[in-house]
Amino acid sequence: MLNNPQYHRQIIMDHYEQPRNKKENPTYPHKRMDSDSCIDDITVFVDVKDGVIEDISFEGVGCTISIASTSIMTELMKGKTVSEAQETMTAYFDMIALEGVDAEVLREAVVFQNVGRQANRIQCATLGWRGLKWILNQKEDNDGQA
Amino acid sequence: MDEIKTNFPFLMNNPNVVYFDSAATSLKPQSVIDQVTYFYTHLSSNIHRGEYQSSLKTENYFENVRKQVGTFFNTPTNSVVFTKNASEAINMVATGYLRNILKKDDVILVNEAEHASNILPWYKIAEEKQAKVEFLPLVDGRVDLNILEDVLKKGVKLMSIAHVSNVVGVIQDIESISKLTHQYGTILCVDGAQAVGHFKIDLEKLDVDFYCFSAHKMFGPSGVGVLIGKQSLFETMTPLHYGGGSNARFDTLGHVTLKDIPYRFESGTPNIEGVLGFGAAMDFITSIGLETIREHELELKDYLLEKLSKMDHIKIYNPYTEVGIVSFNVKGIYAQDVAFYLNHHHIYVRSGNHCAKLIEGIIETESSVRLSLSIYNTKDDIDRFLSAIETITLEKTIDLYL
Repeated sequence: MLNNPQYHRQIIMDHYEQPRNKKENPTYPHKRMDSDSCIDDITVFVDVKDGVIEDISFEGVGCTISIASTSIMTELMKGKTVSEAQETMTAYFDMIALEGVDAEVLREAVVFQNVGRQANRIQCATLGWRGLKWILNQKEDNDGQA
Repeated sequence: MDEIKTNFPFLMNNPNVVYFDSAATSLKPQSVIDQVTYFYTHLSSNIHRGEYQSSLKTENYFENVRKQVGTFFNTPTNSVVFTKNASEAINMVATGYLRNILKKDDVILVNEAEHASNILPWYKIAEEKQAKVEFLPLVDGRVDLNILEDVLKKGVKLMSIAHVSNVVGVIQDIESISKLTHQYGTILCVDGAQAVGHFKIDLEKLDVDFYCFSAHKMFGPSGVGVLIGKQSLFETMTPLHYGGGSNARFDTLGHVTLKDIPYRFESGTPNIEGVLGFGAAMDFITSIGLETIREHELELKDYLLEKLSKMDHIKIYNPYTEVGIVSFNVKGIYAQDVAFYLNHHHIYVRSGNHCAKLIEGIIETESSVRLSLSIYNTKDDIDRFLSAIETITLEKTIDLYL
C-alpha cells in the first residue's frame, strides 16, 4: 500500500489541492523561503512552547511538490517535541538524498521518496522543511544565549 | 523550414528536442560557431596591439563587425559600443550617463512589464541621487501615448522601456514614443533584447538616445552586448571601467586622456571571438532575410494561438502578442510543473516570472509558462507541443516524481 504509486499520487494531489494548515500566523517566529532557482515563495510559521511545536502553518505559492511537501510537514510536526522534529527532518532530508526511507518516522512524507531522482525538484521538496529547520535552529541559538 | 534546422548543430545533436526558449537565448548556427573557432585557430591575437599580421587582421575583423552593426541597425559606426551583454549596456547608461545629470526628485520612468535588467540599474541610481522611479501604466502591455504625454508633462529625466516585452510580446511604437519624449526634453533609453533579430530596426528612424541589446538573442555568442548611443550624450558619459585600450596616454600626475568614442568605453581585452561570431550571426540573419524571419515567426504564432485558444484548460495571458512570445498557464497546474512535464516530452519552455518580477501588475499572474519562437521552429514543433499540452493532467505531472 505504502509503495503504491497511485496512492502516493493521490496523497500529493490532495495536499496540493487542499493544503493543510495554510494560514498566516505573523506573531509566530517565521521564515520566508523564496527559492533562487524558481519562483516558489513559502513562509513557514512555527509556535514552540516548552520544547513542543504547539502550532505550525505556512502561506505562499509554489509548485505541486513544494506545496504538498510543506502541507504534509505541518501535519507531521504538530505536537512533536523539538528533538522529535529534528529527528524527522533528518530522516526526510536523508530520504530526499536517496539514502533510505524511514517510513515509521516519515509516514505520509514517504510519497516524496523518489523526488530526489529529479535534481531540479530537490529544492522544491525541501523548501518548507528547510524553513522549519532554520526557525528551530534560530530558536536553539536564542535559547542557548538565554 | 526543416532545411534551416540543419544549420543548428544543437538541433541536429538533439533531434528529439523542440526548443521554445529563444527569448532566453537563441540557438547558434554552424557559421557562428565556425567563426568563433576561426578566431582561435587562425587569428588568436589581441586587438589594438603590435604591428604583426595576425593582430592587425584580428583588429580588422573586429572593427568590421562594428561597421556591420552600424549597417544592420542604420546607425553611425562610432555610435556602437561593445559590452558584455544588454544588462551591462543599461548599467552604463544609468551609472555612466544618467548619474552625471540626475538630481534629487528627478523622475526616471519605467513600467511593470520590464525585465529586472531594465529596472534594477535605475533603482540603484535613483537611490543614490534621491531621485524617483515611476511606473507608466500600460494598456494590454502597450504604451498609450496620451497617458505618456500626461506623465512627460510633469517632467521626466529619462524613460527606459523594452522595445518588445519578454513576457507579453507587444512591440512598442518607439518612433512615436521617441518623438514625444524629445518634445518634453526626456532622454529615451530602449532595451532591444527581445526585438533584435526578429524584425527590421532602423535606429535613425527611431531616433532613440540609447539602444541596448545582446548578441546571444540574435544567434550570436553569449558575452557580447551592444550599447548604441548619440554622440552628444556619449560625450558626457563616464566609462564604467578604466584600463587598457580605453586611454590614449596618462602620466604620473594622474592625468589621463581617453581615447575617442566609442573606444573609451571598451577598456580591457574584449570578447573578440564573441564579437567575430556576432558578425557571422548578422550575416546569417541577412542571408535568410529579416522579412522572412518575421513572416515565419508570425505564421507559427498565429497557428499556435488559434489552436491553443480553443483549449478550455489553457489561459493565454497575451493573445494580443505581436512577436513569437506566448505566455499561458494550464488551469490548476503550477507553471513549473507544466514546464517540467513538457521537458519530459523533450519540449523546452520557460516557466516562472521570466525575470519580470512586477509582471503581476500587467497580466494578473505571478507565474506563467512562456513559449518563444525562432526561425528554426516548425509547424511540426507546434503540433508536438499541442498534443502534449492537450492531454496534460495534474496526475500526469505528479507521476513524474513518484
